[in-house]
Amino acid sequence: MRKEVPLIITFLAGAFFIADYFIPHTGFSNRAADINGWAIIVLAASYILGVLNILRINYGKVAKREKDWVLKLILVLCMFFMLGAGIFGGITEGTIFDWFFVNTFTPMQATMFALLAFFIASAAFRAFRIRTVQAALLAITAVLVMIGRVPIGESIWKSFPDFTEWIMNVPQLAGKRAILIGAALGAIATGLKVITGLERTYMGQD
Amino acid sequence: MRKFFEFMNQLDRRVIFIFVALAIILPLLFPLNIKFTVTEPVRGFYDAIDKVPNGSKVLFACDFEPGSLPELYPMTYAALEQMLKKDLKIIALSLWPAGPPLAEKALTDMAEKEFKKKYGVDYVNLGFKEGREVVMVSMGSSIPNTFPQDYRGTKVSQIPIMQGVNNFKDVKLIVNISAGYPGTKEWVQQVQARYNIGLVSGCTAVSAPEYYPYYQSRQLLGLLGGMKGAAEYEILVNRIGLGRRGMDAQSMAHVIIFLFILLGNLAYFSLKKKGT
Repeated sequence: MRKEVPLIITFLAGAFFIADYFIPHTGFSNRAADINGWAIIVLAASYILGVLNILRINYGKVAKREKDWVLKLILVLCMFFMLGAGIFGGITEGTIFDWFFVNTFTPMQATMFALLAFFIASAAFRAFRIRTVQAALLAITAVLVMIGRVPIGESIWKSFPDFTEWIMNVPQLAGKRAILIGAALGAIATGLKVITGLERTYMGQD
Repeated sequence: MRKFFEFMNQLDRRVIFIFVALAIILPLLFPLNIKFTVTEPVRGFYDAIDKVPNGSKVLFACDFEPGSLPELYPMTYAALEQMLKKDLKIIALSLWPAGPPLAEKALTDMAEKEFKKKYGVDYVNLGFKEGREVVMVSMGSSIPNTFPQDYRGTKVSQIPIMQGVNNFKDVKLIVNISAGYPGTKEWVQQVQARYNIGLVSGCTAVSAPEYYPYYQSRQLLGLLGGMKGAAEYEILVNRIGLGRRGMDAQSMAHVIIFLFILLGNLAYFSLKKKGT
């Protein structure tokens, strides 16, 4: 029964949602909406697991004064501070939560992302060495798209943006569409295998 | 020359950092005002919103967080300007936890301060709901059940703009600003294909190539890719925003990267030829 019950639940749930996609009946879609509501609740509950996981990982390290324990302590304290500020003070404009969000989280995350520009520039300098024909194709296309998709490209050659759009719309799109269709077929096959019980690794067994 | 190539071959990355920093900062301080034209996907984005009848309700999905602000905020503001000029009723939401405060700020700046619109009547921020694709599908059954309260804690049933809004059939268009997952791809797969509703997307430059197949198949009616897309869109909306102001800096940064790639290769081949 330890095997059969999960397999039956998986089959019923999978078959039900496939049927929901194709059956435009209000009663049917209402039941599907109810079950979607359960899924949202389960996913939201994962945030509690996330908080507990942060505590579990960091508590031991702080208690044992391991390397960087002060930083881990700050992480946990900040988490509880923001949690408390949000629960008791609200999250809308003008609240403590919002102030810290706007003045700490926002600039810090934007800074981290902005640093990417520098690392990408450095990586491009080293990675785009034309050692093979394939590398040459990659580097030349990358440079053409890079220059063609900013205004200076248009100043150099009036039709540069159109040429870049052609690269995006024809060779790039052909490759991307092939990947998308391949991935979609793979997802359908995997989904069917899970629903029919042929794929059981999600239960922790082969 | 050989010494220069050897220097280039072993270039300290901090030198590259300095050049990139200068290429970004100098054009921001001293604008070059390089002219550029509007590409087809951007025009599609503008036209799709333009075709929505004035006063209609649209869904504005702000699926991003602060890391993508420089790229996505300019198009968020420009899209709001176009929608508000047409007096469209905006129902905003986010599937990213850090999205709602950013949407709130943009809505307050544009709708409340610039266009003197009234919260709850002309626009609303439904906030964030965990569940990703499940939330999208759930909204297909009932938006009020999926978002019982707005971001400010008001019951959706008490918000005037939400009267008569039950599911996707009650909005004319979905405008999605997307930084990744969940975002444009999921809106296409879970909503556009299923409910056959118009969808336009503004996304980061790095994710734009992924969405071109959807644009070509008309599942996306328009596409803004990164800051360049935002800058082109600002031309159509007739707005001088952060997108247009950032174009000179982005142009110079790309040129600098191109020059480094070129010099790196020249050094590589030169030294290879000499057997070094």
